Amino acid sequence: MENAPLRTEEMPTETRKEVSVMNTRKKIDYSKWGYIFIAPFFICFFIFSLIPLVDTIRYSFFQYYTTGLKEVGPNFTGISNYVELFASDLGKYTWNTFIMWIIGFVPQIIIALILAAWFTDCRLKIHGKGFFKVVIYLPNLIMASAFSMLFFTLFSEVGPINSMMMQLGFFEKPFKFLASVGGSRSLVAIMNFLMWFGNTTIMLMAAIMGISPDIFEAAEIDGCNNTQRFFKITLPLIKPILAYSLITSLIGGLQMFDVPQILTGGKGTPDRTTMTLIMFLNQHLKARNYGMAGALSVYLFIVSGILCAIVYRMMNNESDYGEKKSKKKGERS
Amino acid sequence: MREAKKSPVRQIVAHAVLLILSFFCLFFFYILIVNATRSHVDLQKGFSVLPGNALFDNLNSVLSDGTLPVINGIVNSLVVSTLCAVICTYFSSMTAYGIYAYDFKLKKAAFTFIMAILVMPTQVTAMGFLRLITGMGLYDTIWPLVIPSIASPAVFYFMHSYLRSALPISLVEAARIDGCGEFRIFNRIVFPIMKPAIAVQAIFTFVGSWNNYFVPALILQTKKRMTLPILIATLRGADYMNFDMGKVYMLIAIAIVPIVIVYLLLSRFIIEGVTLGGVKE
Repeated sequence: MENAPLRTEEMPTETRKEVSVMNTRKKIDYSKWGYIFIAPFFICFFIFSLIPLVDTIRYSFFQYYTTGLKEVGPNFTGISNYVELFASDLGKYTWNTFIMWIIGFVPQIIIALILAAWFTDCRLKIHGKGFFKVVIYLPNLIMASAFSMLFFTLFSEVGPINSMMMQLGFFEKPFKFLASVGGSRSLVAIMNFLMWFGNTTIMLMAAIMGISPDIFEAAEIDGCNNTQRFFKITLPLIKPILAYSLITSLIGGLQMFDVPQILTGGKGTPDRTTMTLIMFLNQHLKARNYGMAGALSVYLFIVSGILCAIVYRMMNNESDYGEKKSKKKGERS
Repeated sequence: MREAKKSPVRQIVAHAVLLILSFFCLFFFYILIVNATRSHVDLQKGFSVLPGNALFDNLNSVLSDGTLPVINGIVNSLVVSTLCAVICTYFSSMTAYGIYAYDFKLKKAAFTFIMAILVMPTQVTAMGFLRLITGMGLYDTIWPLVIPSIASPAVFYFMHSYLRSALPISLVEAARIDGCGEFRIFNRIVFPIMKPAIAVQAIFTFVGSWNNYFVPALILQTKKRMTLPILIATLRGADYMNFDMGKVYMLIAIAIVPIVIVYLLLSRFIIEGVTLGGVKE
């Protein structure tokens, strides 16, 4: 006990607290308060997420739906829902979701990288930096359903974009954006791009600003030009954040719903080529086909798990690689 | 010295690209605002860059439409979003504080668990959630939109990172020695220290909830209880072509403009907040 005050100096905060508790002679155990403070979170998660999740998985093995006023089931039917699910257009919808995500994500990450590099480049003087940051982040806060309703009206056959293009002489007759596969998929991708590139830019900027300026200075002394600096130093060092952006965007892409749902009125027109997985889930839920909705949810759960695992592994490998490289650079300078 | 190395070409390219991107970000909102001020007949004539004079007519026709309870929608959205923001930030800071400040057996496990559920899409539990809510008799009420926000892993993570940088444990101990109870410590000492983080997260939770469409669309059925996103979705109905277009633009503007105004007022704060709780190595 006599040594205790001396020893506390070297201890991490957690253990230090224990020692001070011991010093009060009357031993008070605070651990119960830890449980009390985290209880609401876990109770709430248990009731509103875990029970529904278990319920969802359970009913995916049951025939359970409502037609008209008649409720069929629940009858246990094994994996028949899954068989039916994979026989339906599931593959097509997975592909739709993926293609709309990728044509939005690729320009998003490229533009965000370029902008972040420009914003953090002290030799490139950008006037009105604050203004640009505010403007590019703005669409991220806009209600996705209102934004897609806006796009729907703007790009409709009689909408302002068509009439503007005709007034300017680009189009001879109105272009039916929403009747063409490319047109409607591009609109969804453009909206996702507009809504997310500002957010990604700001994340990447913070990452680049977190890199020690010594590294950049050393590179400059070594005669590194802008392109080399970007590809050889900045990019490898922000790989963890890039992976983070990739994973959040992937999971967000998998959940794509509001934009295509409102833009196409829930039908995924033309010919269900803009129907995403969550829109498909929404259809089953609205039709009260719980068995199929359950099977689809399990599929989504597994897909998101796999995606996370892949990206997580990628992130770990690549960040190790990036760190090694940076260390070497540091030593050389 | 550095000024001399500046390359004018890069600077011009950078400004051009930024201007084009900003144009696209603002252009659509500009058309929205302009079109919200034009009458239906005016809108039929085609595109115009100048605002019309039907702003109040449109506003009036939106607010007085019996089939589209917009005022109710605004109130519902405000109530749900405010409750969400308050509950979510309070309980998330509480959870973060519990894991940060106390030692208990399951501390590590609890943290890992929350991190693991961070990326779980909410939609995968939607089917069970809908059944549970129906079973509880909460179907078609706002509670299922509010209460689950107590468990928000992302907000928790943000609060936890903030606490690690802002709250020394010795402060908690000092309060204990002064005879302060554990809940009092949290409410009187920890909560005020966390104010900056709470403000940022309250804004993001509010906006997220204001814009949320998937869950409310599943749960709310009565028109009077609907939030704004669902009302907007009903515009996209079959008889879309018969709508007064000025009214449609006006309703979209009502959903978007308040958030834009709040954003412009707090923009610096919000943009800093985006990265506050970002990934740290």
